[in-house]
Amino acid sequence: MIPLPKSYDEINEKIRKGEVVVVTAEEMVDVVAELGPAGAAEKIDVVTTGTFGPMCSSGAFLNIGHSTPRMKITKAWLNDVPAYAGLAAVDLYIGATEVAEGDPLNRSHPGRFSYGGGHVIEDLVAGKDVRLRAEAYGTDCYPRRELDTWISIADLNEAYMLNPRNGYQNYNVAVNVYADRDIYTYMGVVKRDLGSANYCSAGQLSPLLNDPYYRTIGIGTRIFLGGAQGYVYWQGTQHDPTGGRNERGVPTGGSGTLATVGDLKQMNPRYVVGVSMLGYGVSLAVGLGTAIPVLDEEIAFQTGVSDADITAPIIDYSRNYGLNEGEPLGDVSYAALKTGSIEIEGRQVPTTPLSSYVRAKEIAEKLKEQVVAGEFLLTEPVAPLPSADSGQGFKPLKYRPVGEEGCE
Amino acid sequence: MAESRVVLHFPKDLLDQPVTSTAIRRYDLGFNILRADITQDQEGLMVLGLVGEPANIEGAIEWMREQGVRVQPLEQDVVRDDERCTDCGACIVVCPTGALAMDAATREVSFDAEQCVACGICVPVCPPRAMSISF
Ligand code: SF4
Ligand code: SF4
Repeated sequence: MIPLPKSYDEINEKIRKGEVVVVTAEEMVDVVAELGPAGAAEKIDVVTTGTFGPMCSSGAFLNIGHSTPRMKITKAWLNDVPAYAGLAAVDLYIGATEVAEGDPLNRSHPGRFSYGGGHVIEDLVAGKDVRLRAEAYGTDCYPRRELDTWISIADLNEAYMLNPRNGYQNYNVAVNVYADRDIYTYMGVVKRDLGSANYCSAGQLSPLLNDPYYRTIGIGTRIFLGGAQGYVYWQGTQHDPTGGRNERGVPTGGSGTLATVGDLKQMNPRYVVGVSMLGYGVSLAVGLGTAIPVLDEEIAFQTGVSDADITAPIIDYSRNYGLNEGEPLGDVSYAALKTGSIEIEGRQVPTTPLSSYVRAKEIAEKLKEQVVAGEFLLTEPVAPLPSADSGQGFKPLKYRPVGEEGCE
Repeated sequence: MAESRVVLHFPKDLLDQPVTSTAIRRYDLGFNILRADITQDQEGLMVLGLVGEPANIEGAIEWMREQGVRVQPLEQDVVRDDERCTDCGACIVVCPTGALAMDAATREVSFDAEQCVACGICVPVCPPRAMSISF
């Protein structure tokens, strides 16, 4: 047994020797309840987490290779979905929420949004052929002006997923108080008259809820991303570590986020799934998991977090969310959400999740197997993410109407 | 006399055998072919209206099942692609009958075709589009 605190090297040595003791974050709840944090820290070396849900801030960078004659692409479409080409000649970025050109959108509400960037990324990962159409204005060094070709991931030079925001630490519960009809949101269909409470977090299995102050996750941390090994490259956009936290330090609202990167060529379409949100748009469901080294008693305590210890704010999405006004209708624990119905203002409201707990657990289990098999070694962060003491907050847009400058 | 609408799924090895016509002769039934799709190389599909004595319709269905045909009543024409379903749960509040439901312990979402009334509401709601109307 290694004396506490353990080091990353000591845990990696145990992984190499096949002696490491790994549990999932779900299993860790019982371990800590039984042995206490100190006993759990001695016994357990690594806790694996997982989450699987729509991650709108996702996309992929692709390098398609040079055609003959060469072309500096200025506009591009992948299966009719616009890709961003404002990069070097044959680099493209396909964003998860980009909708196929010609989609009727919400003209007939709620729009179905059958195909978009998330689906293109899934099709690439699945090895399917994708049609690339491109235009250019032509230059002396890049004379070609048009291209229409099939591409597939094996033929690309680089293809990597980039999620500017992934793994939201916690999230809102969406309800519909004011609309006289069901509303169609990125949180799914929220039923009228407080008819549903939609939530989207793996709760006790979720990566950042098991390390609420980002002690073991930072820049350079190796992660499970879409079935491949990926890395954290920055804090995610809208990272907001200074918001409210409960007595355990667990955020009571959105809070931290991760920016992640991974090789699309190594990913598995089971964990990279294009999704269509009725009346809202397209997105990409991505599987993310972390392996947390249990360095000391404090980390054992945090990874022992259970659904009863985590609460989420109940927010009205029929008016308040969109207009940025009003107060939450209260807070509710994930343990309560998972019973299938919660009480809001004296009424029983059915709950519906949007992220898959089953697949989150599958990811945590898979990662556990990989650590036990010596295929996944732990990494000490190269630099930390801003935490609760950083002063980093999440600002709204400062609106400065154009044309009214200097009109005091 | 009664009419019963059924969806027949033929496994590949039954495609070249006259299962339906034999069943119809044996049980003295009339029939209307509402839809047939036997061009897929994996599985053949036929939607039939069977006309005759209720006991004979039951018997014919039973006999076809024994031959290896999967028989569904036509009301159950919404199907789930289980490979595509991620068990997210986005469908459970929109399903009016509870045919789509989440197991509180395992968090798996089950689809009970017996309870499904084929309203189709879940089809565009399901984010990975695992639900479809199958004919
Ligand atoms: S078709 Fe209607 S009844 Fe059947 S599963 Fe879907 S929502 Fe439920
Ligand atoms: S919404 Fe679709 S993917 Fe999600 S649980 Fe229901 S059937 Fe499965």
